[in-house]
Amino acid sequence: MAPPTTYTPPPLPTPFNNTHPAPTLLTQGAEARLYKTTHLTPTTPAALKVRPSKPYRHPILDRRLTRQRILQEARCLAKLVREGVPVPALLALDWEGQGAGNAHGGESGIGGAWLLMEWIDGLVVRVVLERWERLVRAEGRISGVEEERVRDFMRRIGNSVGALHRAGVVHGDLTTSNLILRPASPGTAEAEEEDGRVDMDGEVVLIDFGLAAQSAQDEDRAVDLYVLERAFGSTHPHTEQFFEEVLKGYRESFKAAATALKRLEDVRMRGRKRSMIG
Amino acid sequence: MSALETISIPHLPSSMPVHVALYRDVKNAPFLRQQLISGNADFEYALIDASMVLSRTHLLTAVFRAANDYLNGRLKSRNIHSEIVFSFSPTNNIADSFRKFGIADSTTDLLLVKVSVTPEITHDSVAAHLNQSIEGTPAPFDNETLSGISDVSKIKKVYKLGALGSSNPKKAAGVVHDEMKQLELSVIGAIALRGAT
Repeated sequence: MAPPTTYTPPPLPTPFNNTHPAPTLLTQGAEARLYKTTHLTPTTPAALKVRPSKPYRHPILDRRLTRQRILQEARCLAKLVREGVPVPALLALDWEGQGAGNAHGGESGIGGAWLLMEWIDGLVVRVVLERWERLVRAEGRISGVEEERVRDFMRRIGNSVGALHRAGVVHGDLTTSNLILRPASPGTAEAEEEDGRVDMDGEVVLIDFGLAAQSAQDEDRAVDLYVLERAFGSTHPHTEQFFEEVLKGYRESFKAAATALKRLEDVRMRGRKRSMIG
Repeated sequence: MSALETISIPHLPSSMPVHVALYRDVKNAPFLRQQLISGNADFEYALIDASMVLSRTHLLTAVFRAANDYLNGRLKSRNIHSEIVFSFSPTNNIADSFRKFGIADSTTDLLLVKVSVTPEITHDSVAAHLNQSIEGTPAPFDNETLSGISDVSKIKKVYKLGALGSSNPKKAAGVVHDEMKQLELSVIGAIALRGAT
């Protein structure tokens, strides 16, 4: 048996096997790998999402699912950019992946669809809130000014989710890890709070549309909000009391928000699994 | 003086640089178009009406889409250069894409693209050929020059982005720069999604 070697990530699909410098792997999920790379010039950063083929699936089914899912995500992103919703723009896409162009339909099974997106600078909201909670614990109290800053931040989260829903898209996995606070002035994001404050200025950008769908139904919208509410409750217990501000920001952002919020009350009672009607 | 710029796109093989030249006040567009129609191999370029191009990124996005389809053996048209013109299109109609984005007899601002798909195609060989074939004034291929050429309302129409920004009243301070950025990104999304069913 071979001795344990250093981990080498699976090969990148064409053309990113040419990319110089090579894309760096950021995270690996069950469905996709995320890399940081560049767009068409070396100075423009971009995010590359690769959906590798799954060898345990039948090749035809595998191609169909991969294609369907990457296209779903790409269509949502393109639509949201057109509607002016803060999301990473779709830059390039390949839903067939390498080897699929063969004469007999690519039985090689290499697969590997990819999607190139705009790079969003900033920290995920989860980290921003964790820093803020750490600060609150250290100081033992929340000043009025500090509370208003958090409330304003929460309202901006609600605004962004509202803009998403107004455009006719639901996210499907709204957590504080899928929201990025893009700082107003670039370069301030990475700086740890030094003056005893957590920077909360900037725009809340929604990311990871891997489970998103086009829908304008109150039920789907309410489930998005419910999932986000649960995420706040479980990961940021100190901020849970301010979640109402998210809903307030949401309510302000589009007309149909009121009925979605009404439906949220039902969803809270029964959980996100929809009732089996029809 | 040659106006030819040679660009290497980070994701393409280093042996595949992209040569781009912009000419203004082109006098011999009908001749160039005729070479294209007759299939003269010496004139195998992507000949693009520069008024349909918003920015460097817009052009490079189309080039990259064509190059990726080329590398994967999936060209829908004759060669990588015709595919670049086709790649600008939001629809699957090749002839239509040439009518909208390709050179016309009336074209005066012209973008030429040549990809080094064989080792014989070099910066010098392309520059020499352009110098003797194009009757026009070389101009720098930069966003400033392009923004003075591009016909934004025509581009919006072709990409069906006429309503862009109107559904976004929140941006009261929405400066022109932001609107152009949104248009560019919307166009890039349309190029990426062409042919998706």
